[in-house]
Amino acid sequence: MSADALLEVRDLVMHFPVRGGVLNRVQRRVHAVNGVSFDVRRGEVLGVVGESGCGKSTLGKCLIRLLSPTAGSIRYEGTDLAALGHGDLMPFRKKMQMVFQDPYSSLNPRMTVREAVREVALFHGVVSRDAADAYVSELIQKVGLRADAADKFPHEFSGGQRQRIGIARALACKPDLLVADEPVSALDVSIQAQVLNLLMDLKDELGLTVVFVSHDLKVIEHFCDRVLVMYLGNVVEELDCERLHADARHPYTRALLGANPINDPADRRPLTVLEGDVPSPFTLPPGCAFAGRCPVVEPRCRAQRPPLELKTCGHAVACLLEPGA
Amino acid sequence: MSATRTKAVLEVRHLTTGFKTDRGVVTAVDDVSFDLYPGETLGVVGESGCGKTVTSKSIMRLLPEHLTIYGPASEVRFEGENLAFASEERMRRVRGDKVAMIFQEPMTSLNPVFTVGWQLDEALRYHTDLDARGRRQRAIEMLRLVEIPEPERRVDEYPHQLSGGMRQRVMIAMALCCEPDVLIADEPTTALDVTIQAQILQLMANLKERLSTAIMLITHDLGVVAQVCDRVLVMYAGRVIESGTVAEIFHAPRHPYTRALLDSIPKSGARAHKKRLPTIPGIVPSLFELPAGCRFQDRCAYKERRCVDAEPGLEGALGGRQVRCHFPLDGGAA
Repeated sequence: MSADALLEVRDLVMHFPVRGGVLNRVQRRVHAVNGVSFDVRRGEVLGVVGESGCGKSTLGKCLIRLLSPTAGSIRYEGTDLAALGHGDLMPFRKKMQMVFQDPYSSLNPRMTVREAVREVALFHGVVSRDAADAYVSELIQKVGLRADAADKFPHEFSGGQRQRIGIARALACKPDLLVADEPVSALDVSIQAQVLNLLMDLKDELGLTVVFVSHDLKVIEHFCDRVLVMYLGNVVEELDCERLHADARHPYTRALLGANPINDPADRRPLTVLEGDVPSPFTLPPGCAFAGRCPVVEPRCRAQRPPLELKTCGHAVACLLEPGA
Repeated sequence: MSATRTKAVLEVRHLTTGFKTDRGVVTAVDDVSFDLYPGETLGVVGESGCGKTVTSKSIMRLLPEHLTIYGPASEVRFEGENLAFASEERMRRVRGDKVAMIFQEPMTSLNPVFTVGWQLDEALRYHTDLDARGRRQRAIEMLRLVEIPEPERRVDEYPHQLSGGMRQRVMIAMALCCEPDVLIADEPTTALDVTIQAQILQLMANLKERLSTAIMLITHDLGVVAQVCDRVLVMYAGRVIESGTVAEIFHAPRHPYTRALLDSIPKSGARAHKKRLPTIPGIVPSLFELPAGCRFQDRCAYKERRCVDAEPGLEGALGGRQVRCHFPLDGGAA
């Protein structure tokens, strides 16, 4: 689409088969991601927001090929990652890293911080064995930990510090792209602010491109340049974060904004309450996935699936009721 | 909140809760006092480990008795009776009937091998004189009250058949089936999506309105506090460090910690977009190694000699504006 795209995702589909029965046949499929297309621009922070089960984490894992998508393409500087095998992917693994939500379960409890970070750097050949120790020490200080942290084990750290270790580990192979899956969701607000600031500084310093997956619209709005709003495996809206409040047009995005409590007792308003439940990801409705909960639903919404259409520059909406540009 | 207050339904005084550990006794809640009035929502906020959950479980006496030590001056007065040292038999009569609690994890707090109806019935069997048919009617009524669709069918379903939001609504139905005077909600919406959170908060507001239940809402989400609470207690490392009305706390915080906590939340709008967030340096002190002076001293921007030497007392009248700081802020707009 554009020259500055680091990653071009087209019609990405990820279905998980559910096996069962006597013959262990595939009985049904979880439709986690259903044909999603977007670009990740070089140097931007792209937010992915949605409720649990909307496919945002699956999408993040597909982007860096921790999962092999069922269909669609993920072009990284022109190469389709979705088509590559294990060996051919190796050079790209180095360029894309992930920061996970729970920094405790994603760090090996038997490895010191130094070992965990050094392993990544040496495996990808970023530094020589002799220079590794100095490299690790530098990295540890860069993420705001004291130098003596290097020889401690993960259990000796608090949640916020562990997340810093997770970030140091992800940065050890000098990636271009960082996929952060709910990196601050498990942290207290004061610690959350520390980690967000760190990510912001590192992004500027190292020129990273970040895909930031979160359920928290406040954090997304603060931290990201653009946001993809997902609902049941589809992107329903894509727009600039700065214009989120003013311009959001999809009824689901509006509902998310309205359900988010505002931090001001002087500005009390009834929170937007949606009726109905999220449809099952096993059998998707034929029309708009949001039709069952949408406050402005029309009969045609239940029959026809709305495509994600560009409305104005940089703003795309998947809703039949939104007139085109 | 009305100026002429009715009598407090719950009076907590000098509540001190310690735990026996391998490293000696650790005091998780230290001299906490507050009143809870009918029809009000009191927010208790603070970060992990500040003692907010232990406070609520101490009131309900749900902590392991053999590991827990309550300070001798502790009082949890409900209708004049001190429950802090009441017998287990007495507590069984109070719990679920007069004082009820909603927990954060609806899946682990519901029994997976019994139907929703059975679990609602348990409290009714124990606390009411209704016969089996009456109790079933009441259970269905309660499910309808918490807006569960098709309550006649759902009453015979098991917890795993319900969504997370519905399970939390079942928890609320269980907590409210005997019309308690006090509802303690410990992070009731933390595990839920925002759209479901909005449903639960609205539901709690409606119930408070109808039954004039007093609600103690424990949360770390300041947005939720701003939207639904009347008064707020801010806790830090086992102590109450500030209290006041929700407007006072948000618009004129006096403790540096409260102020810093409010500042560190990401703000909406273009003005704050992509700016660095103000942070609180360091982490909460370990309860095993509390400093001699103010517990917030190592993270405070206004620390002085006196803060290291002596811990400040909680100044101000109980139930009014209170702050625990030697050098409180003048309370300018945050």
